[in-house]
Amino acid sequence: MPAWDYDLIIIGGGPAGLTAAIYAGRARLKTLLLEKLIHGGQMMTTDLVENYPGFPEGISGFELSDRMRKQAERFGLLIRTQEVLELKPGKPMHTVVLEDGSLTAGAIIIATGAHYRRLGVPGEDRLVGKGISFCATCDGAFFKDEEIAMVGGGDNALTETIFLARFAKKIHLIHRRNQLRGAKYLQERISQLGKVEVHWDSRVVEFQGQDNLEAVKLLHVKTGETTVLPLTGAFIAIGMLPNSGWLKDLLPMDEWGFLLTDEVMATGIPGIFAAGDIRAKLWRQISTAVGDGSVAAIAAENYLEELKGG
Amino acid sequence: MAEPLQVSDADFEQEILKSDIPALVDFWAAWCGPCRAIAPVVEELARDYAGKVKVAKMNVDENAKTPAKYGIRAIPTLIVFQGGQVVEQITGAVSRSIIENAFKKAL
Repeated sequence: MPAWDYDLIIIGGGPAGLTAAIYAGRARLKTLLLEKLIHGGQMMTTDLVENYPGFPEGISGFELSDRMRKQAERFGLLIRTQEVLELKPGKPMHTVVLEDGSLTAGAIIIATGAHYRRLGVPGEDRLVGKGISFCATCDGAFFKDEEIAMVGGGDNALTETIFLARFAKKIHLIHRRNQLRGAKYLQERISQLGKVEVHWDSRVVEFQGQDNLEAVKLLHVKTGETTVLPLTGAFIAIGMLPNSGWLKDLLPMDEWGFLLTDEVMATGIPGIFAAGDIRAKLWRQISTAVGDGSVAAIAAENYLEELKGG
Repeated sequence: MAEPLQVSDADFEQEILKSDIPALVDFWAAWCGPCRAIAPVVEELARDYAGKVKVAKMNVDENAKTPAKYGIRAIPTLIVFQGGQVVEQITGAVSRSIIENAFKKAL
C-alpha cells in the first residue's frame, strides 16, 4: 500500500461511523475515527431507543453509543476528538485537514450526520435556550408543571412529546398537516397521555417574549386564522439538515446539502464514501445509519484492495 | 486546579461571583447527552487554563437557585463571569474553539 497515515479515516462518530469502524477493524484496515465532540451523535440525546433490534426493553441512546464504541475499539479502532476543517481529494490518497495539521488516508467515510432544522420565524433565534429547545431529554425537566408546545409530527416529535409528558402540565402538539407522520404506536401512546392537545393544520409564525418565551403565534393554514397561545416552553422537531457545510461544493449534493451516493455509499470521488444521516435518503434511523456504515466500510475495503491490485 | 471545580448554590457567590480571575461555569445534568459530550472539553480547559480561568461545573439537578437566577432553560449552558457579571453565555454543545473565544475576551 502507498505511504499514507491510515488506510481509512472515518469522519463522524455516530452509529454510521462506529459501525463502519467495526467492519473496518475486522477487515484489518488501519482506521482512525475523527469526532468533533463525542461519539454517539444524535443517539446521545435520545432518552430511550425502542426501535433498534436486539433490545426488547429499549436501551438509552447513551448506552447504545457506548456499546458501539467499545465494540469498534475491540477491533482496534483509534478515536480522536478533533474537528475536520477540510477534505482535499487526491490520488491515490486523500488529505484531511485538522486544526493542528493534516492526515492522509486511502479511503474516507464521511458520517458527520445532521442537525435540527429551525423554523426560521421571528423570535426563534433570540429565544433558543430561553424557552425554545431542540432537545427534550436535555431541557424537559426545566418545564415541570408548565404549559409547553411541541412543533412537528414525525417520530422524533412524538417520542419527545411522550418524554415531555413526564414533566409538563399540558403539551400543545402543533402540526402543519391534518394527520401525524410518526409511528402509529407512538400516536396511540400520545392519545393515552391525556395531556396533549393537537393543533392540526397549524404553523408557528412567531415566537413572542422579551427575555423568555411567553407565547407562540399560530396560523391555521386552511382558515388563515391566527391565534396566540401563551406558553413558557416550545420544543421543535421538524426534521434535519446535513452537517455538510465544511465540504463546500466538493461532492455532489441535493438542494439541502445532503450527499448523493450510489448503492455502495460511493460519492462522486473515488475512495470517498458517505454513510448515515448526511446522505440524501428518505428515512433517517439508527438502524439505517448502521446499514449505511457497514456497506460503506465493505465498499471502502474493496476499493483499497483494487488500489493495491491495480 | 487541574479538575473543574464543583460549585453549588451555597458557594456560587464566593467561588464565582467574587473570583479574582474570570470564571467559566458549565451548567449540566447527568441525564443530558450533550452535557456528556462537552464534559471532556470542559476538563481540558480546566487543565489548560489553570490559574487564568476558574473552570467550574454546576449540577442543575442538585442546585435550582442559581440556574433560575440566570434564566437557564436549556443545558448545557456555559456562562463566563467576570467581576460578578455575565460576560458571555453559550447554549448547547459546541466545539472547544467557540468556548475558548467566549472567555478569551475576558483575559
